[in-house]
Amino acid sequence: MLSRWPRRLSEYNFRQGDGTSFSNVIERPARSKTLAPLPDDFANRGWFARLTASVLAGTAKLISGASARWIDCQPDTCQRVYFANHTSHLDAVVIWAALPPEVRSLARPVAAADYWEKNAIRRYLAHQVFNALLIDRLKVKVHQSPVDLMLRAIGDRYSLIVFPEGGRTSGEELGEFKSGLYYLSKKRPELELVPVHIDNVNRVLPRGEVLPVPLLSCITFGPPIYLEHREPKAEFLRRARDAVLRLKEM
Amino acid sequence: MPPSTLAIAMIIPDTKTYLLVGSVLAVLAAATAVGQVLKRRLDAGLNPAIVEQFHLRVRTWWLMCTVLAAAFIVGREITVVLFGLISFWSLREFITLTPTRPGDHRALFWVFFVITPLQYVLVGLEEYSLYSILIPVFGFLFITARVSFSGDPKRFLERTAKIMAGLMICVYCLSFAPALLSLPPKGKPIDENARLLFFFVLVVQFADIAHYLWGKLLGKRLIAPEVSAGRTWEGFLGGIASATLFGTVLWWSVPLTAWQAACLSALTATAGMAGGMTMSAIKRDRGVKDYGTLVVGHGGVLDRIDSICFAAPVFYYAVRVMLDQWPTG
Repeated sequence: MLSRWPRRLSEYNFRQGDGTSFSNVIERPARSKTLAPLPDDFANRGWFARLTASVLAGTAKLISGASARWIDCQPDTCQRVYFANHTSHLDAVVIWAALPPEVRSLARPVAAADYWEKNAIRRYLAHQVFNALLIDRLKVKVHQSPVDLMLRAIGDRYSLIVFPEGGRTSGEELGEFKSGLYYLSKKRPELELVPVHIDNVNRVLPRGEVLPVPLLSCITFGPPIYLEHREPKAEFLRRARDAVLRLKEM
Repeated sequence: MPPSTLAIAMIIPDTKTYLLVGSVLAVLAAATAVGQVLKRRLDAGLNPAIVEQFHLRVRTWWLMCTVLAAAFIVGREITVVLFGLISFWSLREFITLTPTRPGDHRALFWVFFVITPLQYVLVGLEEYSLYSILIPVFGFLFITARVSFSGDPKRFLERTAKIMAGLMICVYCLSFAPALLSLPPKGKPIDENARLLFFFVLVVQFADIAHYLWGKLLGKRLIAPEVSAGRTWEGFLGGIASATLFGTVLWWSVPLTAWQAACLSALTATAGMAGGMTMSAIKRDRGVKDYGTLVVGHGGVLDRIDSICFAAPVFYYAVRVMLDQWPTG
């Protein structure tokens, strides 16, 4: 039995079927048949979008005073799912900004379509700057479940920033995790699931406020977890939640 | 004095300034050398933590003196802006450490983006009658009112008191340091006031370092073990005595007699020590050791300037009394 899932795609030997390889343990899931991979427009975005991205990242870091801590985890361009507690509007931007530039350009925050599709500026920011994956919360189609959309959106290149609690919590208590994270790693078990703990950002910009107060916040990235073979959903989700909670104490 | 002479005097520092900066550089160089020797002798049984502390303090000194000297050369306005930024940053550390409720958010926004900049604008404009009351009077009234309008009465007095304490310590008190640069009479060469500010920073920092060393050498009787495990009566008295001696030796750099300089130094050093003690109490209450370790990667600005914050208004008014320029009317 493997002590851990293979971490990189290159480590992950799909073809080998001689019984010793882990290809027997992990069945490579077929990509969703209903959704073909998208052409990658984001990689060829213009200089203005790139400039906006670095200016926004700098501003976000300045306002939130965010310092990034990496505990048993290093910034890497491999495919990852960053999952974090959700306390403020700024969360996704702050995590995105805390990543080093080359990692940042590969990380796609998952966000609500009804908010980010509202006007041209938000659309531009979502598509050209953050490269956000917009999920329409109002009409979830049968063949386009959010998990399928996420899988298509990351292809074999991008990472995701998700908030598995579903909605924002008050910032004190970490809510129960929704099951998306489980289905995501069931289909792509080689993805590194990186727990992220966000501290104090809810005081920088609490719910319902527009103007931020420049306090100091802290973003902690923890050691990746993986879905174990045949691990029950509830157990996995509890483990993922604990992984985020543990970072709070460190 | 004809205007042209005045202009030159404002740009070119006089001999006393050169002497002051020169002696500071010499002391700093000596301290750095001692630090290097200590580092080499680490295996000889010295506590590495103490050597590390010493290094940290010497580095802060270098930084502070370089920045101050640069600010003097560029001008008064730059010095005011510089202290404004330090205030902003330390207030950021203070409020981060202090639990606030969502209802305080709007008040905090005003604190950071209106009251703090306004205080330093008034200091820059030399409006003594306004900046001396802005925060204690109008800031106090505004913050309590703004928090009450937010509709959250829970622990109201406690919350407003915390915000006020942050503003008073980090902004109001500290702003009296750059205010030294506009001591009357108006139009006199800035050099004299600049040397006063330099003298002030030197005495407070020297008291800090002397207190630390005396405490390590002789410290036995703790002042208040619950508040600070490192502050002893021996260090406290030794620090004040050393700083008084230090200030007296430097009397020639300020427009005071040697006696006045000695009294001023003793007073300033005492206020500085009290500041360190007070901030210690606040930190203990919140269960942290340093403001710097509060958020990893940010140097604790407040840890370095706590004594300056407390000593600045004391020094300012003591100098005004000694120069017979007590504000009247």
